[in-house]
Amino acid sequence: MIKGMEIKEYIAPKTISETYSLLSESKSNKVIAGGAWIKISFKHVDKLISLDNLALDYIKEDNESFVIGAMTTLRAIETHGGLKQLASGILSQAIGSVMGINIRNIATIGGSIMGKFAFSDLLGVLLVLDAKLVFFKAGDVSIYDFVEMTKVPEDILLEIKLKKDNLKGYFKKISKTHLDFAILNIAITKRDNFKIAVGSRPNIAKLAIDTANYLNSQKTIDEETIENAVEIAGNEIKLGDNLRGSKEYREVLMKTYLKRGIREVVK
Amino acid sequence: MKINLKVNGIDKTFLIQKNEYLLDVLRRNDYPSVRRGCDNTSCGVCTVLLDGKPVPSCSVLAIRCENKIITTVEGIEKEAEKLAKHFGELGADQCGFCNPSMALTVYSLKLENKEANEEEIKNYLVGNLCRCTGYVAQHEAIKRYLGDES
Amino acid sequence: MKVVNTLVKSIDGLGIMKGRKAYTDDFAEKDSLIVKVLRSPHPFAKIVKIDDLEAKKLMGIEMVLTHKDFKRIPFTRAGQGYPEPSPHDKFVLDEYVRYIGDEVLAVVGVSDEVCQKALDLIKVEYEVLNPILDFEIAKDNEIIIHPEPEIHEMFDIGFKPKRNIAASYGMEIGDVKKTLESCDYVIKETFYTQAQAHVMLEPHTVNARMDYMNRIVIFSATQTPFHVRRIISQGLEIPMSKIRVIKPRVGGGFGGKQAIHGEMLVAYVTYKTGKPAKMIYTRKEVFESTYSRHPMRIDISLGADKDGNLKVIDCLGLSDTGAYGEHALTVFMVTGSKVLPLYNKVDSVRFAGDIVYTNHTPAGAFRGYGAIQGNFALESAIDILCKKMKIDPIAFRQKNMMKEKETSPIFAIMGEGTAGTAMNMETCKLEECVERGMELIDWKNKYPRIETEDKIRSVGMAIAMQGSGIPYIDMGSATIKLNDDGFYNLMVGATEIGQGSDTVLTQIAAEELMTDVEKVIIYSSDTDLTPFDVGAYASSTTYVSGNAVKRAAKELKEQMLIEAARIFAVKVEDIDFNGETFKVDNTDKEMSLIDFSNQITYSHEQKQLQVTSSYVGHKSPPPFMAGFIEIEIDKETFEIDILNYVSVVDCGTTINPMLAKGQVDGAIIQGLGMAHFEDVIYTKNGKLISGDMLNYKIPTRLDVKKLTTVFVDSYEESGPFGAKSVGEIGIDTPPAALANAVDNALGIRIKDLPITSEKIFKEMRRKNNE
Repeated sequence: MIKGMEIKEYIAPKTISETYSLLSESKSNKVIAGGAWIKISFKHVDKLISLDNLALDYIKEDNESFVIGAMTTLRAIETHGGLKQLASGILSQAIGSVMGINIRNIATIGGSIMGKFAFSDLLGVLLVLDAKLVFFKAGDVSIYDFVEMTKVPEDILLEIKLKKDNLKGYFKKISKTHLDFAILNIAITKRDNFKIAVGSRPNIAKLAIDTANYLNSQKTIDEETIENAVEIAGNEIKLGDNLRGSKEYREVLMKTYLKRGIREVVK
Repeated sequence: MKINLKVNGIDKTFLIQKNEYLLDVLRRNDYPSVRRGCDNTSCGVCTVLLDGKPVPSCSVLAIRCENKIITTVEGIEKEAEKLAKHFGELGADQCGFCNPSMALTVYSLKLENKEANEEEIKNYLVGNLCRCTGYVAQHEAIKRYLGDES
Repeated sequence: MKVVNTLVKSIDGLGIMKGRKAYTDDFAEKDSLIVKVLRSPHPFAKIVKIDDLEAKKLMGIEMVLTHKDFKRIPFTRAGQGYPEPSPHDKFVLDEYVRYIGDEVLAVVGVSDEVCQKALDLIKVEYEVLNPILDFEIAKDNEIIIHPEPEIHEMFDIGFKPKRNIAASYGMEIGDVKKTLESCDYVIKETFYTQAQAHVMLEPHTVNARMDYMNRIVIFSATQTPFHVRRIISQGLEIPMSKIRVIKPRVGGGFGGKQAIHGEMLVAYVTYKTGKPAKMIYTRKEVFESTYSRHPMRIDISLGADKDGNLKVIDCLGLSDTGAYGEHALTVFMVTGSKVLPLYNKVDSVRFAGDIVYTNHTPAGAFRGYGAIQGNFALESAIDILCKKMKIDPIAFRQKNMMKEKETSPIFAIMGEGTAGTAMNMETCKLEECVERGMELIDWKNKYPRIETEDKIRSVGMAIAMQGSGIPYIDMGSATIKLNDDGFYNLMVGATEIGQGSDTVLTQIAAEELMTDVEKVIIYSSDTDLTPFDVGAYASSTTYVSGNAVKRAAKELKEQMLIEAARIFAVKVEDIDFNGETFKVDNTDKEMSLIDFSNQITYSHEQKQLQVTSSYVGHKSPPPFMAGFIEIEIDKETFEIDILNYVSVVDCGTTINPMLAKGQVDGAIIQGLGMAHFEDVIYTKNGKLISGDMLNYKIPTRLDVKKLTTVFVDSYEESGPFGAKSVGEIGIDTPPAALANAVDNALGIRIKDLPITSEKIFKEMRRKNNE
């Protein structure tokens, strides 16, 4: 058996306010969501606070939007009929590429967001879907602001809101095997405007704002504008090395799949 | 501390440590079919059904399982027998260390999508690694199992 | 044939699927002491001081074991025939640690948790030494990894620890230099292979207890129970008669369990305390602290004349055995002996090199056992040569490769650790394998490539051979007894490790006894109860142990006939037995097997009929195969999609065609893992980054689109019912086949494994910049 995490106390509060006050008590108190990555997340915890009893496991759909409770499992989102239609199904696709279904049955969207994992396939898609995160204290926070924050807020993520725009979407994950983390992932959406995100760079997913602005300013998207856009992306998105791939190889992947993705969404 | 859960239809109370994972608790309490493979959710051999869904028991804190329903392969014996028949007939058995977890996952697939085609089978089971068989015979056997009458 | 070569279900699949207790840890005593090892954070260091006072005070800590607790008896952990061709260079615990993950000390306590606490409390002071992390500079380096005086070789294997050489080997037939000079075409290339990990799903597991006779009973997930018994006896000075090793079901081995790992510490704890003890390796320990495949550098030169005759092979290797020398020499020799005879018409051939120590995780046995490394080099080089000569690589192979009834002088010269055994290829259907493979992959239409807008499809191929046990060394035995009610027990030391040997050996016995598999109850393996067998390695079980089973069954049948003749008071020749009934020729006298067995058990000059028979091979007939890969490469990113792998195999009769196919399918995927997926990455300090399953990626069920595995008709006279081996042959061809396919697609040659998309990208960029 590998070395376990040390937990002094385990609590599953029934109210969000109680959850929040427990979390605020001490930096050594931590929230557990699905727990899929708990072994690589925490070593010592004073109070491990579970969100299991807060009824945050739901997907609500109306004409304008989806609201997903933070404790909804990745698998539930992946297989949700409505979400499968959103932006050509890129949320469903991205989640479906995360490990195996046994893990997706425990991993939650809240945990996947709050972990801010650099290898995340989900964050890029949420960025291009312009997701809103709803926190207990901070209220609505855009996914963009959340990803750009240097620290994860000591707050409770309650739900995620997604607008039902009639978007076209593109998602691509490049990985060595189907169970591996991405060497790179790319998410693109378009209705009137483009949104482009690149993740697992190996750093955390990032919006390519200049690239999207450039594309949005063009009357027509042809091979030349696509080439230009890819060059802009090369300048604004920083890539690096890790054991899954080098910076140079990531550059090629980004270039290639940005082109293919843009072509796909303008079709 | 104690937790109460239902394992294979029987109410159980187990003594656990706060930081223990379900895998260790089940193995300690004589469910040998739940196996330890990789320690970190990568291989699938520790899979059990938690409230009917396949999960990696190596990464589920036991303390969170109060009042949950756990199914190990011992709880779906008839299904395991059916799958074993097809595995046997197609030579899909090798070391068998992953077979109980495979049976649970395939059973869960059957409940979700009995009509699954080969691609869907592969996608559903991708988290269940096998280093022995090369997977081909398994997929054939699983197709036959899904095609069984009952 | 009634049972052999028919579709017989694995005899154990049902119980295994239902999760019955079967594997080593399922049999651990509930109150076992836990043995946990503190592992070295340094690639090379001397232990200066161990402060374990606080740890020992912990409630529940039974003992802390350090090198001071053990007599300095060097041994090898390699489970091989005795005396072993591996250097005795390992101590249970030593004052030196030689790689990150090496054993520093062990804590023994009542729970995992208390052991972890103890490990946290122990302070070890090290004198950190400079390591050797590059095997190409190991030889004659001023750093000496094994300075200790006690270590030794058992016979001459070229062991020179002062030069960091664990073993060395060299042989030459003809005059390589002269032949190369006389050739019209010569190529010289260097290849590298990586330290592939076995990744059997059951981690290394062992537990022990003292029985009521005061003997130590060890359950071990091992491929070699008899070798485990011997090594423990030698290393701990426990009389062999006091040790019983039981091998229950094993959850995969692939060579990784052809050695002892936790057995020594667990046996010591139980023997010393009288209490049961156990150890399960964490997955990190499996990666970091057991074995890998031997990484190698292979320099190969080929020469041919203008008529397309291969004239010479010069193969010089360097093998990295890591910190200890298990299987060092023998793996290296197989790189030559089970690869080079593929091209048996050469005038000259040389094979030589050193196996050096480094401060990496040790290397050991792994399916393919050197042949996959050699095959990658040779079969890549053949394509390179053909390209230079502008001739078709398959036509070249067909002209130069081994054919039936032919031989190679290498067989007589090279064995495993010793000289070899001359033999002719009584069965070699390589020509047919190549032809069938070409058809199945549609070579004529697909070679070398088909281009579309974004992608290139291409094919590549390689041929391979392996062995069937080690002649004059590998011995298997079987005991068969007849029970009342007319069924049999078959006891074998051969080790089922998931490859299906229990089923295959049962089939062989049932075939010889003309009965059904249900009437033959197999048991494997237990050093107290089953006869000796070297274990599951060297592709030996079906051929060597299978022959022993067949022989034992035949002899038991003879005994049964003698007894039946006695009962009927006729001559043995007058009795006819068909598996169910004894009949007296030309009379209507008959007796069923059930009646017969009941009579001799209960009522008529009662006796137990039982036979033990053994078999040691006098040759090692190689299985052969041709492997063909079809891939699709993205023109921009060079991502590779493996569309199909065609394997056409000559393994003699397939005793169990389904299980044989499973062996090949599994080996192909594992070989493709080595060829493309399984990257081994260290930090600058020698720490394995790819040391868990999140970072070491074996192929999943979605990563290879299709496998096409077929067998050609073949009957090996010396094998049981015509069988040769099939356990390893499948793993050899994928690396070279993939490398050849990539060349056929893009005109570039990747010479170090794994062949990743990124490497192809870099090579393409280099080529385009030229």
